[in-house]
Amino acid sequence: MAAKNSNLSKFKRSRQIWAYIFIMPQAIVFLGLSLYPIIMSYVYSLYSWDGASPLTNFIGFDNYIELFQTSRFWSALLATVIYMIGTTALGVGSSLLLAIVLNANNMKGKAFYRTIYFIPVIATTAIIGVIMKNIFGIDGTVNQLLQYIGLVDQPISWLNTSTLAMLLLILIGTWKNLGINMIYWLSGLQAIPTDLYESAQLDGAGFWKTLFHITLPLLKPILVVILLLSVVSGMNAFDLVKTFTNGNPYHTTETLDLYVFNYAFGGGLTGATTRMGYASAAGVMLGMFTLLISGIFGLISVYTRRKINKETG
Amino acid sequence: MIITSKIVKYIIHFILLLIGLIWIFPFIWMVLGSFRSNTDFIVSGNPIPSELNWDNYTRAWVDANFSGYFVNTVIMTVATVAIVVLLCALTGYALGRVDFPGKKTILAIVVGIMFIPKGYTIIPLYELVDQLGLTNSLFGIILAESSGAHTLFVLLFTSYFATLPKEMEEAAIMDGCGFVRTFFSVMLPLAKPIIATTVIMQFIWTWSSFLVPTVLTISKPELRTLAVGMQNFVGQYSTDWAGMAAGATISLLPVLIVFILMQRYFIEGVAGAIKQ
Repeated sequence: MAAKNSNLSKFKRSRQIWAYIFIMPQAIVFLGLSLYPIIMSYVYSLYSWDGASPLTNFIGFDNYIELFQTSRFWSALLATVIYMIGTTALGVGSSLLLAIVLNANNMKGKAFYRTIYFIPVIATTAIIGVIMKNIFGIDGTVNQLLQYIGLVDQPISWLNTSTLAMLLLILIGTWKNLGINMIYWLSGLQAIPTDLYESAQLDGAGFWKTLFHITLPLLKPILVVILLLSVVSGMNAFDLVKTFTNGNPYHTTETLDLYVFNYAFGGGLTGATTRMGYASAAGVMLGMFTLLISGIFGLISVYTRRKINKETG
Repeated sequence: MIITSKIVKYIIHFILLLIGLIWIFPFIWMVLGSFRSNTDFIVSGNPIPSELNWDNYTRAWVDANFSGYFVNTVIMTVATVAIVVLLCALTGYALGRVDFPGKKTILAIVVGIMFIPKGYTIIPLYELVDQLGLTNSLFGIILAESSGAHTLFVLLFTSYFATLPKEMEEAAIMDGCGFVRTFFSVMLPLAKPIIATTVIMQFIWTWSSFLVPTVLTISKPELRTLAVGMQNFVGQYSTDWAGMAAGATISLLPVLIVFILMQRYFIEGVAGAIKQ
């Protein structure tokens, strides 16, 4: 009996050791390539540093103080917030509409439409940016079309007009991510039990009544999650902004992550000095803003779930 | 819900098709454009090419070095996907099937990492790769691309392995398999659906990755990937629209094909992400 027990515990011990060995590679990658860079991004933000010379010039919070006094930083934050609100407002509602239509039981060609509307999601954003730059170029397809049907006489300078450039960024960003929101909504819609619809039908409720009294209230928890994901992705729009407008005209479409990039790595391109420490501070601020916003949505999410749990049982 | 009226249905189909056409227009524009000549591009507003022009592909492939970028992208993507799948499967297996001290802490870290403000991690990553002396090869990019907590994939593997019946493992042990062999020859093959989801999602992410390869190839143009190499057409080839369209087609076609073949797994993965 004792021998059997000790055999068993030996077996258990060996399994545990193997478990640690199995976790080891991911742990090393995580510590070395994720946690270490996160910590160092904070450390760098406290130095005046060009990225090449040794890290010796500790300046405390001076980078942050300078950041807060720089109007280009605030304008980048504003551009980020405009882009984030624009893409979220446009994308969340329209993707719900699409998902409701595609979720109807007797719709034909559901899989076909789903694929079509999902294609922009998987296309490389940096390449989309270059393609769109051409389509909306001064003699690009859109201008040629508008002139052909006689809507405008002169080509529209899409990318050199601040408001138009920002509007296009928002439209393209929404177009790019709509498919992913559609899938989120569809998974929420499919989680609604069908007998609810059946009993609503027996009660004589029509399409709109069912929509407003059954479907939409039940989608509230997933709405909060979709808003959160949409907001976070709106805060990070580097690939599209860099390749489509590159912040132009006059930094008006320069989002925060492009601002950071320009200070950290733009030096080589423009001949200006590289300011890694300052860029790190801006990066930390971007991370903080993102966390703050996701924290707010996280709290709302917990709150709505609790409320629904209370109501249902 | 059921849409009853036939007319309403036709109207919906009409709208969906019309918007769908606009939706994929940039891709149609790209493929058609890749066969047009540059004069055609400037003179005519008609997006349909007057004749099939394969020179654009030759120009993109040879002159703009897309052959090199393509090989770089394939190596980077395949290596990263392999590393991530292996790391996540190993971790998920340990977390899903073995009780060990500290398991709950590790799960908490895997989830909690999402709630740490990240800062600008590409700068330290760049420094790290530089210090390791890996700036001269794709290896540095692969390392940087494989980084992350992979929260979604780890959780998918963990919950999948946790649901597999105990008997499968016991039978393998009876046959004399050790822990490692049980994993590789019995349990891992059973996790095919999760592997497929991880492979396709990571494939598309890595293939499309832009910031990491941009930063890590700043002084090494020959290591650039397709997404980064596209920028060549913006600067020095700024008027070569047809070449750009061909380059874009070369870059996007593999992802489109992989997606259309395996979209079920991708969409399941995305839908799984929101349930976590």
